[in-house]
Amino acid sequence: MTALACLFLRDIRLAVRVGGGAGIGVLFFLIVVVLTPFAIGPDLALLARIGPAILWLGALLASLLTLERLLAADQEDGSLDLILMAETPLELALAAKAAAHWLTTGLPLVVATPLLGLFMNLDASASAAVALTLLAGTPALTFIGLVGAALTVALRRGGLLLAVLVLPLTVPVLIFGVAASNAAITGPLPFGTPFTILCALTLVSLVVGIFAAAAALRHGME
Amino acid sequence: MALIDLANPTRFLALAERLLPWLAGATAIAFAVGLHLTYGAPDDYQQGATVKIMFIHVPSAWLGMFAWGLMSVAALGTLVWRHPLADVAAKTAAPLGAAFTFLCLVTGSLWGRPMWGTYWVWDARLTSVLVLFIMYLGVIALWRTMDDPSRAARAAGILTLVGAINLPIIKWSVDWWNTLHQPASVVKLGGPAIHSTILVPLLVMALAFILLFLTLHLAAMRNEILRRRVRTLMLMQAQAAPGSGA
Repeated sequence: MTALACLFLRDIRLAVRVGGGAGIGVLFFLIVVVLTPFAIGPDLALLARIGPAILWLGALLASLLTLERLLAADQEDGSLDLILMAETPLELALAAKAAAHWLTTGLPLVVATPLLGLFMNLDASASAAVALTLLAGTPALTFIGLVGAALTVALRRGGLLLAVLVLPLTVPVLIFGVAASNAAITGPLPFGTPFTILCALTLVSLVVGIFAAAAALRHGME
Repeated sequence: MALIDLANPTRFLALAERLLPWLAGATAIAFAVGLHLTYGAPDDYQQGATVKIMFIHVPSAWLGMFAWGLMSVAALGTLVWRHPLADVAAKTAAPLGAAFTFLCLVTGSLWGRPMWGTYWVWDARLTSVLVLFIMYLGVIALWRTMDDPSRAARAAGILTLVGAINLPIIKWSVDWWNTLHQPASVVKLGGPAIHSTILVPLLVMALAFILLFLTLHLAAMRNEILRRRVRTLMLMQAQAAPGSGA
């Protein structure tokens, strides 16, 4: 087994076992969605109209919540130093870590979306559309967040700063994620246009994210 | 003089001391001429005297974007060439850029009140300038969380470059988002082209703003170098103090 596969499996194991906190993001997502009707009232028509936006906002905030632990645990126990010194390119190691992080925190959000769509009075096809856009868009949130996690890893109170740094960069993902969901539900725009742009944003943030995060770690840890 | 010669802070300070009075004087003259021309510029037939807000608003917007470009170049200077003054330039440009962006937002908002009937609309330009402003605040926050200046410089440099890649994407997606939601509901600055009676004062004011930026930036860089010297002296003094346990 290659070093990258080992790292990937190790991160997944750590995330799903006690203290890993893989489920917290979904729980937070659930609470955000449940709180929304209390704030705006139980008007089902209104909820159906803003449902995709609320689901996207909830997923964005939930993915932000778990980012702080993406690198901090490895930094605390010293394994981040080993990853930095290893022969495996740091960029690939970070990509493996981000993939494992997305599988344990991003994918559960996507899986939970159809259920939460019920609370938002979305029908089955609308829920499926939101889940599909989240499937394409949440990796972008992870990769953008990776940069923020790498920049703030050595700080004592990095969590709040991480949110401040990362959130403005997620504006395009949010715009096209919600636009693609709405296009699938109400039209008149074809679903393909915003959805392909959303996929493009994910690919761009994959490239920019791992290289910028690797540079940040190399400069920050020396 | 090559750029590398300025890596010596003493030499840079000497140059700054010589340049600053001239820059400040040029700024004052440019502002005097620019404000005089602005005063003489004709009122817009629709917007009246409020069109003159533009002479502050537009140069501020330009400088708000220019400062991020300057920070990006300085970030490359820090990360690639390790130029010792690049991080000073980047650090001091961030609050200036934020201030000009804020000025742009405030004047735009005051202009919007009589023209659009509201202080704020979710117009694409306003929104992307607001995001730019928030990103300036993020960079400043990052600078202020690390006590070691050189480490903070590299972290802020990477964030600046990531922002430089992302800002055009954000700008473009906000444009796309806005045209989808409310097409052409906003009154834009009148006419197909700007008449020279307005354009000349605008360009002079832009020159004045650029000179102001350069003056403030140079002075801020000088202050930052002096501040770092004071910090080093205080650290040395604290280490040399009796009973410090060293």
